[in-house]
Amino acid sequence: MNMLSGDLIHLGLADAGIIALLGYGVVFLGLIFLMIVVILLGKAFSAAGKKKAAAPAPVEETVEEAPKPVAPGAAGELKLHNVEPKIAAMLMAIVADKLGKPLNELRFISIKEVE
Amino acid sequence: MSINIGEVLLDLWNGSGFATFFSGNWQSLVMLAIGCVLLYLAIVKKFEPLLLVGIAFGCILTNLPHAGLYHQELWDAFMNPDSPVYHSYGAILKSGGLLDFFYIGVKTSIYPCLIFMGVGAMTDFGPLLSNPKSLLLGAAAQLGVFVAFFGAIALNLLNELLGFTVGFTGPEAASIGIIGGADGPTAIFLTTKLAPHLLGAIAVAAYSYMALIPMIQPPFMKLLTTPKERAIKMEQTRNVSKAERIIFPIVVTIFVALLLPDTAPLVGCLMLGNLFKETGLTDRLSDTAQNALMNIVTILLSTSVGATMVGSNFLTVQTLSIVVLGVVAFIISTVGGLLSGKVMCWLTKGKVNPLIGSAGVSAVPMAARVSNLMGQKYNPSNFLLMHAMGPNVAGVIGSAIAAGFLLKVFGG
Repeated sequence: MNMLSGDLIHLGLADAGIIALLGYGVVFLGLIFLMIVVILLGKAFSAAGKKKAAAPAPVEETVEEAPKPVAPGAAGELKLHNVEPKIAAMLMAIVADKLGKPLNELRFISIKEVE
Repeated sequence: MSINIGEVLLDLWNGSGFATFFSGNWQSLVMLAIGCVLLYLAIVKKFEPLLLVGIAFGCILTNLPHAGLYHQELWDAFMNPDSPVYHSYGAILKSGGLLDFFYIGVKTSIYPCLIFMGVGAMTDFGPLLSNPKSLLLGAAAQLGVFVAFFGAIALNLLNELLGFTVGFTGPEAASIGIIGGADGPTAIFLTTKLAPHLLGAIAVAAYSYMALIPMIQPPFMKLLTTPKERAIKMEQTRNVSKAERIIFPIVVTIFVALLLPDTAPLVGCLMLGNLFKETGLTDRLSDTAQNALMNIVTILLSTSVGATMVGSNFLTVQTLSIVVLGVVAFIISTVGGLLSGKVMCWLTKGKVNPLIGSAGVSAVPMAARVSNLMGQKYNPSNFLLMHAMGPNVAGVIGSAIAAGFLLKVFGG
């Protein structure tokens, strides 16, 4: 049983209309505020990311890395964008399997995650 | 002493449930048939089977005469302030049946909140974070909640004018309206608090319409958008950092619970589940929330909601009105989302495909899939799924806020 006043239990049309409009407004207001918070959060993070990228790299004695050994039959290096090497390997294996060709006869240039 | 076989058989017959069907208890028989129809819809037509199988079977169990699994009269006394057992779980535990015990989890809102925790652990808020404007679509798609609420109250006017026997109080209308939020746990959470006697009808309507989204939404999507708009290809959204994903559930919980404290149980559990997923350190908890826990609670929730479908409560003109108002709520919410999608399309000079607006009705991820399929129909290279997931998850938060508002107004 609700301990409400009779007016709220037996609502008139006008009161129901006002409550409906107010409720819809509150939902909008709540989500607009949330949107602003998310936008600010996103901006803060991307600014922090840019700052980090722009900061001069710590001076270290650079030792020229020896070129990585290339796998036999490989045609250069594969560029990965936001993809784990394990997942990339899996994807290449699937593609090779679907095409019915050995992996070393295919050339993958880059793998990028599409969001 | 000889046994009177005839008397024994008569006693056996009179003590059986069958006899009650011949002594005026036609309502239980009808409810058993309804339970079987719901099972048919769940198993053969695949209408939300994970929930509808339990609801339908709970309905059958509760309407078996003399089985004593669920006692409506105990819950009526529990809700009656004049009763000596008002709000006494002790009385339920003393005299209740199995389904009464299950139902305590609904009454205390434990099940809807735990389901929300599982939903949170399964939800990726990335699309929403990368395109925060989709929160507006989620807000717009709550239109049906408030139109159906108003519609339920308007039925009272018909009562007065035409002498109908259908009418709803404010709290009942609010519980009906929330069907438009297309979110089962939220509908159950609110109805349990405001109009528990309508729980069975509202839960069945909400879950049935959610299953029917691929049929309900497309005609309105076609009606309100042009083929050119449906073919709009949206640009890739930005990558969201892990830190943003972790901070988001914390910020939402604090912000929404401060705005509408009544939503704290729902939003808190949703976001806790999501935090389990995003930290990357609590994989075991995330896995439990989205699998084992979710499955256990789904069994308890669905059977106990089905148990509330007692003939005397369910076979009323009110139930029919709820079914009609429920579909109106779904349609209006879809229209609200689509219209705001169109406005966004116009404001961004055609960069937003208005089809993603209809996904704002919640019903994750079904509504987003419908938007994606419709978009691909008009442009096979169009992948709207991730774009539609933004308004889709925004709809979950939006319906929780709508429920919090209605609870604040009518919760007493």
